[in-house]
Amino acid sequence: MISEHLSPWVWFGLTFGQILLVTVILLLATAFLIYGERKIFAGVQMRKGPNVVGPFGLLQSFADLGKFVIKELLIPDGADKVVFLLAPLITVTLAFGGWAAIPFAPGWVVSDINVGVLYLFAASSLGVYGVIMGGWASNSKYPFLGALRSAAQMVSYEVSIGFVIVTVILLAGSMNLQTIVAKQGGGFWHWNILGGHGVLGLPMMLVMIPMAVIFFISALAETNRPPFDLAEAESELVAGYQVEYGSTPYLLFYLSEMLNIFLMCSLFTVFFIGGWQAPFPTPFLAHWPATLASLFGFLWFLIKTLFMFFMFALVRAVVPRYRYDQLMRLGWKVFLPTSLVAVILVAAYRVFVPGV
Amino acid sequence: MNAFLLQYLPIVIFFGLAAALGVGFIIAAAVLAPKSPDPEKTSAYECGFNAFDDARMKFDVRFYLVSILFIIFDLEVAFLFPWAVSLMKLPHAAQVFSFWSMMCFLGVLTVGFIYEWKKGALEWE
Repeated sequence: MISEHLSPWVWFGLTFGQILLVTVILLLATAFLIYGERKIFAGVQMRKGPNVVGPFGLLQSFADLGKFVIKELLIPDGADKVVFLLAPLITVTLAFGGWAAIPFAPGWVVSDINVGVLYLFAASSLGVYGVIMGGWASNSKYPFLGALRSAAQMVSYEVSIGFVIVTVILLAGSMNLQTIVAKQGGGFWHWNILGGHGVLGLPMMLVMIPMAVIFFISALAETNRPPFDLAEAESELVAGYQVEYGSTPYLLFYLSEMLNIFLMCSLFTVFFIGGWQAPFPTPFLAHWPATLASLFGFLWFLIKTLFMFFMFALVRAVVPRYRYDQLMRLGWKVFLPTSLVAVILVAAYRVFVPGV
Repeated sequence: MNAFLLQYLPIVIFFGLAAALGVGFIIAAAVLAPKSPDPEKTSAYECGFNAFDDARMKFDVRFYLVSILFIIFDLEVAFLFPWAVSLMKLPHAAQVFSFWSMMCFLGVLTVGFIYEWKKGALEWE
């Protein structure tokens, strides 16, 4: 966040530079995340994974980018051309836009809005439009069915994610993501996953650990990841709503899928395991220069988020795919009632237990 | 421009930059990639035979039902957000009142949820 007391053009220049920096870092991070995911996937299956392009195959994603760009841009005859190209654009715009509210370190956030949680909730809800538009505009049966299934799945899990977020807001008393992280300072027993209020909050751990698990599973379903990648189930629906896409429009879908996954990892970090807070009390940070302290925070944020991404990649490799009716049953009949009860329990604990 | 709205300007710039990036990628493919369209390539994907009739067909009403249920519950969640933020900022007596009034609201919605569950709106066979 750049200070608002500068002259407008300087402010604009600095803000634009900052956003450009975040965008470039996210693009590079995505390239290596894709590589990392493939390596983890390969490791689980005792394969080598990508190892040809560059040292240890590190440049594989860049080679893939080159391949995507020189593929023919095909638009099916029956397709609605404008909507067909608009769908990946909307998806990628929203996937980047969500990062505007993520606190990377103390003071490091593109836009420190006081309704950050609501903004992210809105941005991830709008993601459904890209899926529906892509599936409908293709004018082909497989994308259409895949889009319906993806959209139904995404909205179903959106609801339980919403209830889980309400429990986090109840603990933090704020929708600002920097405040949510700041409240979890002072050691790992202050993290929201363990109740968020030090020793007095520890009984709430019994509610918050299941909530963290529900958030993690819902995040998998929300981003159409295995074991919930029913829309892309190769044996049934070929590639879901993306069947007719190739070349860079497909690349945009793929890019935004990875960005959304990484966004969900960082949201889990911010909501439950303390964001940029170190897992031990850090009184010594008060004597450090602000930049160094921010860097220290960013390091913890990165470690935690990458750990969550590792979990995402591992789940993809080891868990078999769900059936569609089981998926809907899990979302509506298990997660929704559980998270609803959790909201009531957390609110009651906060209101009726003195000192919390 | 006031400071409150200024907070949202970076988001707008971010959206603009992301959209420009997307357009850039699509243009790159349109410029760099070879073009040789062919009826077989540009026809809709189908498995083993030519595609027949319109793909925008009738679909299962349960998808519609899910979206209706989603609107109800998402609205409920959006209603809980401001309540959750302001709950801890109140004096204790007001907190208790606020807690029980929200419980009444959740109770009404739970009755609706039980009704739809018993009616079989959540069944997928």
